[in-house]
Amino acid sequence: MKLLNKLFGKDERRVASKELAKERLRVVLIHDRTDVSPELLETLRQEIIAVISEHVIIDETEGIEVTISQTRGRSRLQANIPLLGMRRRARPATRAPSRSGAATS
Amino acid sequence: MPARTITITSGKGGVGKTTLTANLAVALASRGQRVIAIDADIGLRNLDVVMGLENRIVYDLVDVVEGTCRLRQAMIRDKRMESLYLLPAAQKRDKTAVTPDDMRALIDQLHRDFDFILVDSPAGIEQGFQNAIAGVSEVIIVTTPEVSAVRDADRIIGLVEAAEKDPPRLVINRIKPAMVKQGDMLSTEDVIEVLAINLLGIVPDDEEIIVSTNRGAPAAYDGTSPAGRAFHNIARRVMGENVPFLDLDSKPGMFNRILSWFRSG
Repeated sequence: MKLLNKLFGKDERRVASKELAKERLRVVLIHDRTDVSPELLETLRQEIIAVISEHVIIDETEGIEVTISQTRGRSRLQANIPLLGMRRRARPATRAPSRSGAATS
Repeated sequence: MPARTITITSGKGGVGKTTLTANLAVALASRGQRVIAIDADIGLRNLDVVMGLENRIVYDLVDVVEGTCRLRQAMIRDKRMESLYLLPAAQKRDKTAVTPDDMRALIDQLHRDFDFILVDSPAGIEQGFQNAIAGVSEVIIVTTPEVSAVRDADRIIGLVEAAEKDPPRLVINRIKPAMVKQGDMLSTEDVIEVLAINLLGIVPDDEEIIVSTNRGAPAAYDGTSPAGRAFHNIARRVMGENVPFLDLDSKPGMFNRILSWFRSG
């Protein structure tokens, strides 16, 4: 088979170009289908990170993804944020974190 | 009974809107339907030449809208068919000569005389497109299996949904089965998956389209070429028949070819 492919000039490593077309279309349509500009997406990303950073430790080396996808006419905001652990309360003496004031920094 | 009103559109230019409109009109008329095809591409009219009726134009759509002539005077009957008419676009005007309200009023006047009113839309998403979808309830979107055409089709689907028409249906034009087979062309399934839309038809790439357009006789008149057959299948599906999609998988073998001589269509 390999020999045949070689004889007829087929390169096995070559990705079928339609797969590239499909993948590129998927990506471009996600952006086309939403009115969310890259700037707005970046703002969302930063603010989401800022809010949850108060409670959890984010692994920033792992790559944080905030995307908007669309299926059948509905948009979905997806955030994929790798965590290292929970953030302890500021004062180490306190064992159980107090519930009040959890939302303020 | 009111006519079925269908706009044929695509977003991207050059994917085969006018060819589909002409052939769908011919195929529907050949099945006994009363059909009028309206060219809504004002300033760049082409439906007349594709249908082979360019020498018979006296008045056009803009003349009707402006009251220069009566609607009947601008309608050209295709003498090769029992009940097929063309309403040509104006060539020396532009899309601002007509408004969506004008189009709605025009289509209203045609309802009682026809079974099908087909509107050939210009490319693009601006006023010409908005004119073309005004007054119709159904939309057929044409694309080819190329990234640019599929992307534009997606944009049009969004606009058609926003305009609260019936869910649009898709025709994939100029499929090359051999390229699909070797993985170098998006397949019907790929396009449908990406666009999440109902499929109305697939039309193979066929040199006969160029020949028939040269002659001014749409391929559906003859109906024996691969594309001509595909257009007839589309017409049958539009009329509500359940017609299986053409099997475009590679060229027929010798056995199938001989078999097909006995099967005709």
